[in-house]
Amino acid sequence: MIPIFDYILLIFLIVAAVISLKVKDLLSASMVFGIYSFLICLLWAEMGAVDVAFTEAAVGAGVSAVFLIATVYNTKRRSSD
Amino acid sequence: MLEFIQDNIQPYFNYWVYVILMMIGLWATIAKNNLIKKLIGMSIFQTAIILFYVSVGVKGEGSKIPIVNPYTEAKSAEVVGADQHGEHGAKGGGEKYIVEPDNYANPLPHVLMLTAIVVGVATLGVALAVVQMLFKEFGTLEEDEILAQIKNADSASPDV
Repeated sequence: MIPIFDYILLIFLIVAAVISLKVKDLLSASMVFGIYSFLICLLWAEMGAVDVAFTEAAVGAGVSAVFLIATVYNTKRRSSD
Repeated sequence: MLEFIQDNIQPYFNYWVYVILMMIGLWATIAKNNLIKKLIGMSIFQTAIILFYVSVGVKGEGSKIPIVNPYTEAKSAEVVGADQHGEHGAKGGGEKYIVEPDNYANPLPHVLMLTAIVVGVATLGVALAVVQMLFKEFGTLEEDEILAQIKNADSASPDV
């Protein structure tokens, strides 16, 4: 693992998690959650867990973001909090 | 203060971030009012747990991906000796290496977490399907409005 890359990724991870929970537009929240999944995928590639990294890239950043966007499309886009 | 950061925060930064992410996810799951926000919080909680397990498998700065590199590992003595006598020849397949485990990350937590990721996405998919059914029934995604509608329906027909 590369320490400076590790620290930068972990700080961005916390920022992305807080933004995806704070933003009131649910489509934006889904997109920021996709960014969060991609950041954690980079983190795992950096920590030596390449199998976990490409599973996360396919399943976490791909399929969950699509599920969330499909649900937002079928329901409402506004959130109260 | 600087000593505290160098001794306690810097070597265990993965674990500090894992705890912070887990608390963010727990807070969102409990305190958020929107159901999709709750589910995003649940996913953040799951990835925090996975981050903990993958961090356990890392062995310091020198650990690489868990694939044995034959060019950096030393060949074991007996196989080298056998090659010198020509007993096995150059047919291949019989080479043994002395693997230094500290050079590689521990692959066991990785494999366990592979299952956890897939289970997490399945949970998210089922939960989002339930959210869509709730939206068809109540016309809203806010938890307090759904609870108010259920309460009104109960007070309108108390015998049910």
